[in-house]
Amino acid sequence: MNATPSIEKKSICIQVNGTTQQRWVEPRTTLVDFLRDDLGLTGTHVGCEHGVCGACTVMLNDEPVRSCCMFAVQADEMTVTTVEGLAHERGVMTRIQDAFCEKHALQCGYCTPGMLMACHALVSDNPHPTEAQVRDAISSNICRCTGYQQIVDAVLYATQPEGK
Amino acid sequence: MKAAPFDYIRAESLSHALAALHEHGGEAKLIAGGQSLVPMMAMRLARPACLVDINRLDSLKNIEVSSHSVKLGAGVRQRDLEFHPQLASHLPLIKQGIQWVGHEQTRNRGTVGGSLVHADPSAELALVAAVLGAEFTLTSSQDGLRKLKAADFFLGPMFTAVGETEALTDIEWPVWTGPRVGTCFEETAIRKGDFAMASAACQIQTQTDGRVTRISFGLGGVDGTPLTFPELASQLVGQTINPDTAKQVAHQAAQQSQPGSDMHATGAYRKHLAEVLLTRALLDAYAQTSCSLTG
Amino acid sequence: MRQAPFRFIGKHRRAVEHKRFVVGKGRYAADIQLPGMLHVALVASPYASAKIKAIDATQALAMQGVHAVLTGEELRQHIDAMLPGVDAPQVTRYPLAFDVTRYAGEWVAAVVADSRALAEDAAELVQVDYETLPAVIDPDEALRPGATLVHPAHGTNVIFHRKFVWGPVDEDFAKCDHALSYRVSWARNATVPIETFAVACQWQDSTGILDVWASIQMPKFPDQMAKALRLSGNAVRVHFDVDVGGSYGVKRGLKHSVLVGYLAKKLGRPVRLVEDRLENMRGGDMQGPDRVFDVTLGFQNNGVIQSMRMKAVDDIGAYSGRSPLQLGKPVGAINGPYRIQSVEYDAMAVMTNKTPQEAVRGFGQAPTNYAIETGIDKVSRFLNMDRIELRRINLIGKDEFPYLIPSGTHYDSGDYDAVMTKALNTAGYDELVKERDRLRAEGQLAGIGISTCLEPSGGNSSFEPLFNPKNETTTWMDSCLVRVDLSGAVTALMGTSSSGQAHETLVSTVVGEVLQREPDSIRVLHADSLNALPSNSPVGSRMAIMLGGAAAGAAKKIKHKLLQLAAHNLNTPIEQLVYEGGHVQSQTQPELKLSWDALVEMAHRKFHKLPEGMEPGLQEKFVWEVPTGGQLPTEDGRVQMYPCHSFESHVVLASIDPGTCKVTVRQYVCGHDCGVMISPDVVHGMTYGGIAHGLGAALMEKFAFSPEGQLLAGTFMDYLLPSSAEVPAITIVDHCTPSPLTEFGQKGSGEAGYLGSPAAIASAVNDALLPMGAKIDYLPMTPQAIWTALNEAKALSNLTS
Repeated sequence: MNATPSIEKKSICIQVNGTTQQRWVEPRTTLVDFLRDDLGLTGTHVGCEHGVCGACTVMLNDEPVRSCCMFAVQADEMTVTTVEGLAHERGVMTRIQDAFCEKHALQCGYCTPGMLMACHALVSDNPHPTEAQVRDAISSNICRCTGYQQIVDAVLYATQPEGK
Repeated sequence: MKAAPFDYIRAESLSHALAALHEHGGEAKLIAGGQSLVPMMAMRLARPACLVDINRLDSLKNIEVSSHSVKLGAGVRQRDLEFHPQLASHLPLIKQGIQWVGHEQTRNRGTVGGSLVHADPSAELALVAAVLGAEFTLTSSQDGLRKLKAADFFLGPMFTAVGETEALTDIEWPVWTGPRVGTCFEETAIRKGDFAMASAACQIQTQTDGRVTRISFGLGGVDGTPLTFPELASQLVGQTINPDTAKQVAHQAAQQSQPGSDMHATGAYRKHLAEVLLTRALLDAYAQTSCSLTG
Repeated sequence: MRQAPFRFIGKHRRAVEHKRFVVGKGRYAADIQLPGMLHVALVASPYASAKIKAIDATQALAMQGVHAVLTGEELRQHIDAMLPGVDAPQVTRYPLAFDVTRYAGEWVAAVVADSRALAEDAAELVQVDYETLPAVIDPDEALRPGATLVHPAHGTNVIFHRKFVWGPVDEDFAKCDHALSYRVSWARNATVPIETFAVACQWQDSTGILDVWASIQMPKFPDQMAKALRLSGNAVRVHFDVDVGGSYGVKRGLKHSVLVGYLAKKLGRPVRLVEDRLENMRGGDMQGPDRVFDVTLGFQNNGVIQSMRMKAVDDIGAYSGRSPLQLGKPVGAINGPYRIQSVEYDAMAVMTNKTPQEAVRGFGQAPTNYAIETGIDKVSRFLNMDRIELRRINLIGKDEFPYLIPSGTHYDSGDYDAVMTKALNTAGYDELVKERDRLRAEGQLAGIGISTCLEPSGGNSSFEPLFNPKNETTTWMDSCLVRVDLSGAVTALMGTSSSGQAHETLVSTVVGEVLQREPDSIRVLHADSLNALPSNSPVGSRMAIMLGGAAAGAAKKIKHKLLQLAAHNLNTPIEQLVYEGGHVQSQTQPELKLSWDALVEMAHRKFHKLPEGMEPGLQEKFVWEVPTGGQLPTEDGRVQMYPCHSFESHVVLASIDPGTCKVTVRQYVCGHDCGVMISPDVVHGMTYGGIAHGLGAALMEKFAFSPEGQLLAGTFMDYLLPSSAEVPAITIVDHCTPSPLTEFGQKGSGEAGYLGSPAAIASAVNDALLPMGAKIDYLPMTPQAIWTALNEAKALSNLTS
């Protein structure tokens, strides 16, 4: 067993949901554990810790990434948006969050935050995706409850042209 | 699944990173995107004493496009390569292969160099590098730089020629100039985004009468490293390719592979799959040469 | 029984729970912060079978921040063993192994530290000295005389075996024109929720209460925890308001919870275990049935299937929870939806040195349906009869209900032909055939699959006394308390946790329907185990029936009380009163009326206006036994298993790439009948999800083990969960045959989709392979497996040509 190297903490400063957060963290703390344990933002969930299920998806500099696959120190000076920061106003949901409720696009809610990040990322790049594009965009997020049908329905519902 | 403790250095420059590697002997590892490394550390299969973060080094993110080659810094994000406006025209085989690399979320962080150094036997970029004969530049603080071809870079499963104190800094990918270049990348995995059970990549150039003037192809996921077949390929120069030729060549190539077996696929099935995919890749790439207008 | 039209039942309604989940305010067990909480990591045995010679935790304990290293030796002195659901008292199980370990991944020691990361560091330093022992991995090996015994004290590797004979099987076979035998194998898979099992416990000396927050879906969890920890029942308080991130059967975490409960008590600080994915896959004991069926069907030339012999051998791994009982539940639908007159069922559960099996969605019905449906297709091919036609000949007809099956269950209601026809019509069967043929012309292998499967619902426990006559239990109750407060607002309490089934929505819809009050104004809370009325947890698709029924029962009592109050104060007989939206009015003299608010205030504040003997306030409980329950099985093993019987018919179009052998499911229609749907969105959601589970089981999911007993599929890189790229668009078409046994005609539906999907996909794959003379009778049907099947067919045809 190697000699334990120094576990000196590093200072990091990350913009999370619009607020600057400065903390001291062990290098080995993943971004998802930092968000959940250090910042108390438990909306982002841990499902596998090896980059497959997507439950930990957050926006990093406006792109969806798996937050279990990076250490918090790597996100220093970057911007993170979690599910708690999707809506800009208290009590107001985004169109996609609202559509998830309307179309029953969740059941246990555990994959939902990550799924919402993937959907928001898709729609910000592609405001009117086709069904195939939606399926493709969420294929990196595993859900065991819904079979995906109502999630696809929700995104299409949220992005249908106004008035339809 | 929490990683074992390690120290962390954010490299301010390439020489800073190389100095750190040198200082720590074999105990330090470079991290860029971390999409392969972090899960391995979470499972404690990798336990570097020190991580040297090179993800912010702009000097490793250059993309230089010329008519005869594309030079990519090792730190170029897979996503940036995927959406580069000149990728389709200059490196169509990468354009086709990169969509199979993980998922969009992993491509947002993963780098070209990271995937190549990780050297999974089924890695798409590694296969394309082998087929195109890419050239790898390795640098260290003590020994300067050296260049290797793919065949000398990939040494075995998850094992490359990169030394303990070396960094892969850039990769130069030859561009096939002229018209009538066709490419095809074929892969079969059980789910989208999974490691390939086998993959085949092919690039062909023909003259107007349909005869092959230039050809390179390879197989991934069916041996410790990507396989290329320069001798078999050379036999096709001056020929046309029909289904029988393609099948014959693919069969011979597949027979040369030594695929392992795991819970998903036996070696025998992988060989069969390699033959099927390479047959299709050859035919598809060949068909494309008559559609290709640009060089 | 109430009938349509309903105000709220059956309507589209946004689930109440979603409001918190979409904004990241769910409260899962790993989210709960308790001051001073400590964290657990496990030390697991790497061997399939080994003796523990010594455990040296000195180095681990020397690490700063490490508070304890618990071994099995210490733990077993303070807790009672967890016992199987069958009569096998020698097959004991403890959260931590003592003396020997019986599977690779079994937990040997628990490290408690300031953080999970530290606990993992320390776990690596715990030195366990093992002496490897012979292991038995293959179930056939385990059955051989002289085989290595997993539990020597039990004397055999067979933990349960019984052969049931219902009806004159031998005579019926003698009268049959044909008998067709086949074998199918259901690979070990499970529903693998994205949230692993997590449990936090806190013991207070001052109150003598152990508080438990767990990601739990388990009947009698508080009672079993208390019993194992040698605490009285009222010393354990399980908080059922913890959101559970998916379970679909598997989150039984008793061993995790007993372990953490003990640690919390020992250390006097809150302790939490959140399984990491590695611990969960290998040592979480959440793998499903692993079953080989040998079936013989006896049938006539005209297609009538007269009799069935079914032998089922299930490999339950190294320990037993409720797992052998998963052979028992299918007794309640053993002949599927068919008029099979007699059945012989030989059920055996065998132990091997592998991860233990636990309850999985359907509790054994999905593999059984797969076995039955495979036979139906084989009989049709044998007789050269259309598969749909053969089913029509054998399906129980809509006028035959209640239908008594040979093993003693009455199916309450159904119209199987109608559901199948709806599914076929929605799929556009003729067009589907054309599409199949077009794919074949293009060089693909292509096939259509059909399944018609029972979904028993209601979660009666009859398989417990059926499989263990010493366990004379017949109570399977559930409850609800409904309260109207002084402001007139309604609150309902349920006594169990939810894992995505939207029970709060279910209860508020039901209570709203009965009281005619807006469901969104009705608050539903999860009580804890000390202040809850009895519940048996959402298992066996029971909650729409049982919780729905209890909610309706309590609400009806409230409504009746309001009517009594009004009758008394309006001096009008109750029969002349009309209840509308919570207000009560005289039918004949409309000026005689009392509003909801007035009645509520009366009940709470105006005792002088209450009729003699009426309890003040407005709160009612309803506790009830499962309909048709209350009977022990007969000597020959007949019993009413579940009360209500939902039904599903799947129609699938699949293609197989002839080169890569990869299956693509192209079109998917599911006809579904679960009686009256209280929340259609919820029912549809669970059906879609069940189909996805089934697709995974059919095509890619398997807990594979090496010959040495090492789990090969220990991460999500090898245990493959279908994504939106693998699950096709699914169309559900509904049918409704109300149950005569429930308040609104509802049947249960939590296991929908999973019960019929693997059978349908296997049916499609085999239809696709048929022109090549190939077949595949085991799951999962991976590209490798299909290739093997095609090669076998080729070899066979080379032999014969």
